[in-house]
Amino acid sequence: MTRRAYSRAQKMPIMFGILSIVLVIVILQLWLLTATMNAFLAGEQTVILPAAVGSLVCVALNCGLLFYLYRMERR
Amino acid sequence: MKPTNPDQLSVPPDGRPYHDQPQWRNDFPIDWPQDELVARRDFTKFLVLTSFAFAAGQFWIVFENWKRRRRGAPPVRKIAALSDLAVGKALTFAYPDPHDDCIVVRTAPDRFVAYSQKCTHLSCAVTPEPERGRLACPCHHGYFDLATGNVLAGPPRRPLPRIRMEIRDGVLYATGVEVRA
Repeated sequence: MTRRAYSRAQKMPIMFGILSIVLVIVILQLWLLTATMNAFLAGEQTVILPAAVGSLVCVALNCGLLFYLYRMERR
Repeated sequence: MKPTNPDQLSVPPDGRPYHDQPQWRNDFPIDWPQDELVARRDFTKFLVLTSFAFAAGQFWIVFENWKRRRRGAPPVRKIAALSDLAVGKALTFAYPDPHDDCIVVRTAPDRFVAYSQKCTHLSCAVTPEPERGRLACPCHHGYFDLATGNVLAGPPRRPLPRIRMEIRDGVLYATGVEVRA
């Protein structure tokens, strides 16, 4: 099965959609970082590693979305 | 010439037809929709880089926490003889590391309170005001309760770390640090 190339008119909404998702994920990461820093400075240790893993998952998601964007443009 | 393929159709930013555009725009035509697409893609790329930076910060906290756990329990250290500290007076000392400034205040003949001297807002040195029962941060007017170290007013959000003290044979010893939320 071959994948259909998107027209330019179709690409723009997809681009905006992905940009919005990436933006939301980055804001989530910022919140995660400030909350973790707050916990670290308060001597709380249990949340630090899970938060780091969560942030890594966010990066992986973002990279996947960016990779999809580049692939979409190549088509 | 106007392209026939709708995917190649480029509309100038002001929306006017080509013959109304300035000469330079006809001489050096820009594919505006493609330009917008690339600009947004580059912005997304920048956001992904920011995402990497946040994840790196997160792992830096993991590393700092690992270093803190590796240090283990702080040592027991002699601070001062009881006779050196009058009631209502304060003394500064470094504990557990030479750069960790702390302050001990004798609030009653048999009562001492000790805290880290770094304000939990932006690390300015707090100064004791025993007559008002508080510690004050002069930088941004943060106030901490002298008896508990809790925040009374101002921008700090966390209480001061408490230094555990012990009296042995008339000498005051620091035995640990209690970081609180």
